[in-house]
Amino acid sequence: MNPAILIASVYVFALAAFLGYQVISRVPPLLHTPLMSATNAISGISLIGSLVLAGAVRNSQAAHVLGFVAVTAATINVVGGFGITDRMLKMFKSRTAAKKAEAK
Amino acid sequence: MSLTTYFMEATYLIASILFVFALKGMSHPETARRGMFLAEGGMLAAIIGTLIGAHIVTWVWIIAGLTVGSFIGAWMAIWVPMTAMPQRTALSHAFGALAAALVGVGEFLVHASEMPVVTRGALGFEVMLGALTTTGSLIAAGKLQGIIYGKPVQFRGQNFVNLSIFVAMIGCFVYFLFNPAAVAVFYAMLGIAFVFGVMLVIPIGSADMPVVMSLLNSYAGLAAAATGFVLSNNVLIIAGTLDGFSGFILSVLMCKAMNRSITNVLFGGFGAVIAEATMDAGGVMREITLDDAAMQLAFASRVVFVPGYGLATAQAQHAVRELAELLEERGVTVKYAIHPVAGRMPGHMNVLLAEANVPYSALYEMEQINPEFPSTDVAVVIGANDVVNPDARDNPKSLIAGMPILEVDRAKSVIVLKRGQGRGFSGLENPLFFKSCTTMLYGDAKSSLSNLAQAVQHV
Repeated sequence: MNPAILIASVYVFALAAFLGYQVISRVPPLLHTPLMSATNAISGISLIGSLVLAGAVRNSQAAHVLGFVAVTAATINVVGGFGITDRMLKMFKSRTAAKKAEAK
Repeated sequence: MSLTTYFMEATYLIASILFVFALKGMSHPETARRGMFLAEGGMLAAIIGTLIGAHIVTWVWIIAGLTVGSFIGAWMAIWVPMTAMPQRTALSHAFGALAAALVGVGEFLVHASEMPVVTRGALGFEVMLGALTTTGSLIAAGKLQGIIYGKPVQFRGQNFVNLSIFVAMIGCFVYFLFNPAAVAVFYAMLGIAFVFGVMLVIPIGSADMPVVMSLLNSYAGLAAAATGFVLSNNVLIIAGTLDGFSGFILSVLMCKAMNRSITNVLFGGFGAVIAEATMDAGGVMREITLDDAAMQLAFASRVVFVPGYGLATAQAQHAVRELAELLEERGVTVKYAIHPVAGRMPGHMNVLLAEANVPYSALYEMEQINPEFPSTDVAVVIGANDVVNPDARDNPKSLIAGMPILEVDRAKSVIVLKRGQGRGFSGLENPLFFKSCTTMLYGDAKSSLSNLAQAVQHV
């Protein structure tokens, strides 16, 4: 790894950590479960690394098979994570919305 | 750089920004859903960008993986009941971490010979964190689902064994740092990390799961961030770090809510130690009849429900809401008091009650509701025990001394819904049950609550 790239990466890491701390400490305990499932879905971004492994490496069957399993696992993480987060968030209703949902 | 590469990098930047906006939206239930749409858009953009810009040569494996993964993921998202949310989240951590670990192994297969030492370091972290999170999360999911015995599994010299495994893993890592050709050592590190994940979680009891879940959440994120370092990919670093820090913040909050340190949770084996160290609170528990309880509730002006994990196991969230609604129709003010570690993952109770159409404005955090207990007529404790144990506040010798509690004992009267006379998960005696203002209503929480609702209608 080029030292300049490494240093830039460390900067990105440090700033993301700081930003994450600022943003996440404002999430109320009410939404901690959806928060966990959402950040989990977001970290499914390792899917893009898996895609490269599964498709962009030439002449390595082993890499492709590993890549396939990784793509599958990461996709489960992304699709399942976002799906369930949305399902949960839909349930959090204000007083009026909860009354309406009850009336149905 | 070619045009497609620029396009790919642009989608990564957009994805990073959208992820941050998504988490910012999480600060309020009104904006949270919109935020998640942004994150989904960001993810889709990053995937499309990668497929266009990463010089893909074989499509078969990609399409197969995306299809299989989408089906399983969608199935999990649609069919998992809300009570099983902790298990599902643990499984999801396992999948995410497995992906990170496998990408690491793949990188090793393809590029090991040309990697500089720093990249190998990141690769080692990625593979170790990924592997131990995979097995650790699987064990956690098994415990939460009840497939694996939930009580802490402990044996003599456990910490020594775990330490040895840890040292062996780090030893392999360091050796690999300086000897990139040591293929066997790399795989040994991977294998030991898998074992270490199991060993890390089996000594931890189900009641400590909120902390473990948060930590595994953090590890899964950090594994993704390490992947970003290996691939020099900023969006991976950013998304992984956000996840890693979110999990870290949650674990600190959960530990605070139990007044314990992370090391104590990980190496203490809570449930096992305490079962023997129970104190005798003495006194008698007074049972209350259904009709008396209904009468108390119906003529109260302020009622607070205090749900615990027992509410989830009894699936009583709808029953409690129906009872609450009947009381509200009679002019009773009803609130819900949520302890941060009630349930098996952070925020577990909120999700369950939201599912039962309880408006979020009726859900109160510990700090908000505690000052209100003295003016509360009836506090109804449903399947909660340690989080309402006044010993934590009053008895410095108690094993949970210093743990912040919901001060239910300060309410004018308390009705405890409990399955039987047994002790809570930690095995601690709860003096709350023996107080003169406390009465016990035994039975399954769900049927007790629906019977109460019926009785309230006839008052």
